[in-house]
Amino acid sequence: MKVVAAALLIVACLIAGKAEAKAADYGGTLRLITTAGSGSFDPQINYTERYWEIFQAMYDGLVTFAKTSGPGSLVIVPDLATEVPKPTDDGKTYVFHLRRGIKFSNGEPVTVQAVAHSIRRLFKVNNPNAGTWYDVIVGGRTCNAHPRHCTLPGVVIDAASNTVTIHLRHPDSEFLDQLAVPFGAILPADTPDHDMGTQPIPGTGSYMVKSYDPSGGIVMVRNPHFHQWSAQAQPKGYPNEIDYKFGLSAESQVTAVENNQYDWMFEDVPADRLNEIATKYTTQVHINPLNWFYYAPMNVNIAPFNNKDARLAVEYAVNRESMVKLFGGNALAKPDCQILPPEMPGYQPYCPYTEHPGPTWSAPNWTLARAYMKKSGMIGQHVTVITEVQSPFRQIGIYLQDVLNRLGFVADVKPLSSNIEFNYIQNTNNKVQISVTDWAQDYPAASDFLNVLFSCNSFRKGSDNSINISGFCEPAIDAEMAHAETLSLLHPNQANAIWSHVDHQITRRALVVSLFSVAKLDFTAATLKNFMFSGEYMFLPQLAVVK
Amino acid sequence: MSEVSATERDIAPPAPGYWAMAGRKLLRDRAAMISLAVLVIIALLCAAAPWYAAHIAHTNPFRSNLSGTVMRHGKPVEVLGAANNPLHLGIEPIGPSWRLGPYMLGADQQGRDVAARLLYGGGNSLIISFAAAAVCLVLAAITGILAGFFGGWVDRVISWLLDALWAFPVFLLAISLSVVLIAHGIDLGLFRLDASSLALPITIIGVIYVPYVARPVRGLVMGLRQSDYVLAAIGIGAPAWRILWFDILPNVISALVVFAPLIIALDLLTEAALSFLSIGVQPPAASWGTIIHDGESLIYTRPMVAIAPGLAIVITVLALNILGDGLRDALDPRAKLRN
Repeated sequence: MKVVAAALLIVACLIAGKAEAKAADYGGTLRLITTAGSGSFDPQINYTERYWEIFQAMYDGLVTFAKTSGPGSLVIVPDLATEVPKPTDDGKTYVFHLRRGIKFSNGEPVTVQAVAHSIRRLFKVNNPNAGTWYDVIVGGRTCNAHPRHCTLPGVVIDAASNTVTIHLRHPDSEFLDQLAVPFGAILPADTPDHDMGTQPIPGTGSYMVKSYDPSGGIVMVRNPHFHQWSAQAQPKGYPNEIDYKFGLSAESQVTAVENNQYDWMFEDVPADRLNEIATKYTTQVHINPLNWFYYAPMNVNIAPFNNKDARLAVEYAVNRESMVKLFGGNALAKPDCQILPPEMPGYQPYCPYTEHPGPTWSAPNWTLARAYMKKSGMIGQHVTVITEVQSPFRQIGIYLQDVLNRLGFVADVKPLSSNIEFNYIQNTNNKVQISVTDWAQDYPAASDFLNVLFSCNSFRKGSDNSINISGFCEPAIDAEMAHAETLSLLHPNQANAIWSHVDHQITRRALVVSLFSVAKLDFTAATLKNFMFSGEYMFLPQLAVVK
Repeated sequence: MSEVSATERDIAPPAPGYWAMAGRKLLRDRAAMISLAVLVIIALLCAAAPWYAAHIAHTNPFRSNLSGTVMRHGKPVEVLGAANNPLHLGIEPIGPSWRLGPYMLGADQQGRDVAARLLYGGGNSLIISFAAAAVCLVLAAITGILAGFFGGWVDRVISWLLDALWAFPVFLLAISLSVVLIAHGIDLGLFRLDASSLALPITIIGVIYVPYVARPVRGLVMGLRQSDYVLAAIGIGAPAWRILWFDILPNVISALVVFAPLIIALDLLTEAALSFLSIGVQPPAASWGTIIHDGESLIYTRPMVAIAPGLAIVITVLALNILGDGLRDALDPRAKLRN
């Protein structure tokens, strides 16, 4: 029933969308602005919201999330495959029939060889989630251990029938979600098996990159080989060109959007501008719920946070309500103690680190914080907080430094460029003790927070792609998460109960300071029409009308 | 009548020395004296920062105060209060009271007293700029004198090093060094500088301006090396250190004194730039540059957070430049160093 309802929802959205879409809406240049680039432009490497928002218009996977707004945006639809396959073999085998006649932006046809190569490439380029998501494919573990020699026997192609069969080690209810995100992009079969860095890779989407300057911006134009095969999966976009410029601060971005110099800004609107836009530009403000939280990972493998009492001291001392103020107030953020955000399956409200433990955070508990600090024996220990240079990260970092100093640590804060901070804090070689970062869902599943951020497989020493920033590894918890993943295909309620249990266990281990969960605010120019917000990809630039 | 008696010769006042004459000339320069007074007042105000924070602002300007309240017009007001708009978006720090007391210049995003931080920040900015200028002038004097006096391979090596340093745009060099060193500081065995220590920006800023002073000093010394009294000293076999100490250095010092205010002003601006980019003074310590950075994100709602330190920098640099002009006129009347 849920599937039928979701399908109806998508159809309704598309009909509504079509009713509004006119020939006159096509054309023009959509002007986007952000502070800086986000590292590699390789869709199988880059793990940032900034680029995923545009990758979805440039690349296609076998399946994808529907390119629409509202709840329908979290429904998986066929993309390069003709249909979303039903798993067979007790949930362990998926057979994808590839569409014919689709070409990459360089003119090469999409073939089953390209599909197999793209999936193998995930391991060869050390995809951040190769260890947590894709190792479920038969041969995935060997590929993770020996990426250069990855053959991945679990992916079987048949050129005659144009099918790709993927065999899994065990049923995985999230496998299609994981193929639907930009990591699952199908790339040409001759794409090199290394991070392509600043060199854009041809894709099958409605747009392709005309030019990419890591310090200047991206110019995207229509893909000459694109024809719309599914408006749900890859709609023909409205703008003829999408110019994504880098280099303006968030403050300047707000002014530029107010003046219609840009149509949309990537950064969160700075807290001091919120009143202004909410007063003068109310109709240009779009607030949408999102599974997204801000947190401060504590490295459990080096001092002082290899001591649980030290971590508990920080958990009890942090004033989450103050943090909410730094983000712009209660309309945009809610204090948080646990990992799973409120809209996520398996979420059961839980907050032990507060004055009155219960479902919600109420106030910091300095009595317990000081007691744990004293017990930890870490008073006088030097701690460095690593954060991004931009607001609200920098301000959160300064506030955390203040809390740490009050607890008795000797704390300093190092704000780093947003270009490097996210990778820097992941690499164990940098010996980061505590940092400030955020995490938004890749897809709506509890494992996307718990498994991705806290499993042993997500922790890779010396790698920039070690998303388990705390460095936590507990095989018993991994086993519990694996059990939940196995159950979730056929017994979602039981699986959700386990996810909830894992969420609370991880929260009790005090691996990260959950600060607050947030809604997404987008600010657009008066010239931009048809703003569409996907729960998966967020802003869908190709569906914006700028003529 | 033209002859002067022995008695008259004995009672005639001695001719004023070079430094005394320069001092008198400087005292007569009203603009330079006003500038000096302004600098002294700024320095005294900055030195009074702890007293101001404790007895007037009643606050610790290095601690976040996100949930605090303050009395305004007899009523408690949140230091960071919710904005009033239809979408209930935004938080605004309390604005300036314009009265001597808490939050005279308002609060920043952490709810800290801007006026108190301005004074503390000024102290750090002045310490860094004066100390960096001292480092620069000492290094420049040593390298310039050695290169100019000894010539030959000594001059070639030093000039090559100075040229290499000069080849980098000064801000690019400062930023590069800061970015590299800000994470872990400097650790060269005996010489260690912590990343959060003020000594780190002092060292970086001090070093990058050395060529700008060392080159003119080298030229000056090369000229002095050919002067009669130096040639005479060499001729009678005086040791090099004696010539450098007694004949060269006194003539170089006046040039260094003329350079000092200009280098201090440059250092102040460089420090502000580095701190603005988060690679100078590290939080929670403040400098005028860091306060401008804090104010950047409040420029539309609480502009005073950025304007106040900006004004302080303008006034200080202007005063230093005018004082520098006065010193140049007093010490170098032939204006050898005018360009």
